Amino acid sequence: MKVVIMGCGRVGADLAATLDQEGHEVTVLDANPDAFRRLRPEFGGQRHVGTGIDQDVLARIGVGEADAFVAVTQGDNRNVMAAQMAKHIFGVPRVVCRIYDPIREEIYHGLGLETISPTKVGARLIKEALEREPVTRGGGE
Amino acid sequence: MYIIVVGGGKVGYYLAKELVEEGHEVLVMEKDPVKAERIAEELGDISLRGDGCEASIMEMAGFGRADMVIAVTGDDEDNLVVCQVAKAKFNVPRAVARINNPKNEEIFKKLGIDTTVSATAAILAQIEQELPTHPLIPLLTLKGGGLEIVEVKVPENSAVVGKRISDILLPQQSLIALIVDEDGVPRVPKSDTVVRAGDELMAVTRTENEDALRSVLTAHATFGPYGPIDSQGR
Repeated sequence: MKVVIMGCGRVGADLAATLDQEGHEVTVLDANPDAFRRLRPEFGGQRHVGTGIDQDVLARIGVGEADAFVAVTQGDNRNVMAAQMAKHIFGVPRVVCRIYDPIREEIYHGLGLETISPTKVGARLIKEALEREPVTRGGGE
Repeated sequence: MYIIVVGGGKVGYYLAKELVEEGHEVLVMEKDPVKAERIAEELGDISLRGDGCEASIMEMAGFGRADMVIAVTGDDEDNLVVCQVAKAKFNVPRAVARINNPKNEEIFKKLGIDTTVSATAAILAQIEQELPTHPLIPLLTLKGGGLEIVEVKVPENSAVVGKRISDILLPQQSLIALIVDEDGVPRVPKSDTVVRAGDELMAVTRTENEDALRSVLTAHATFGPYGPIDSQGR
């Protein structure tokens, strides 16, 4: 699978490493060249400097031939715009978009984007952890 | 009309000022407290400090009863989201977006933003009209079929110089209708007509093929269709 990841933060770099190890063809895009330091030295995919909300940049790095596009920059709006460009202009079959703001996430989910809100997911996981019976109390380190 | 302007920079400020003078009810949303304060001082109590993309603040600003939303921040992605959320969540009848990168017009239109305004595109169009040597000048739009008549001056180093018309691979539904040489002599091209540097070609093309046609007729002989390509493929 050919995957383009926009945003080389912690999540982007981690996802890139995992997919690369599994043998996928990974391209990482970030506006800041320093961000690529987060990639491990053994990362075998491509790195490109540029903004993902520019059609020319997306075309140049081959989004048109990608099987999947992942938008995980720090900016919700940037993610939303790039994801919609990948989907509606370049026809990428699988597009996943991170949106921190739960309200915006719901709106764009309703508009047909595949969205993930780490805020919502994180809060739910923490709540579940609190509700779970403590298993190792007193027995751990 | 109740008009919400998102973005209180220079464009937002003067826009709000004009709209108030025309008698509209206006609200300007601006993140930066200094700018928001300045608008309040000069135009009266019509500014709201806050992020115009945050749904809770949009609700407070009265997006639900707005007749029109105009997003004029300096960031295309913010303007897009303001307009999309205004339409999808608050059913605002009209949303207008400022666009900085003219190429973004396509995605805005695809996503249902009624009106886009691009200063860059406006200036570019002006230049295209005034500079006859600009590679491709739209002359006339034939509205029905999305066709355009354009003028292209063939640069000296173009890959098509010395080629016969029949050997030039044009984009679909494009044709060269007229050639005017450097002495101003017009010719109707035949398949064996040879293109020379400095020729002005009048061509008919589909609007979406304009860029492709420009590349075919003006790209350098030694480079790819989009100009020089460096080692990283940029």
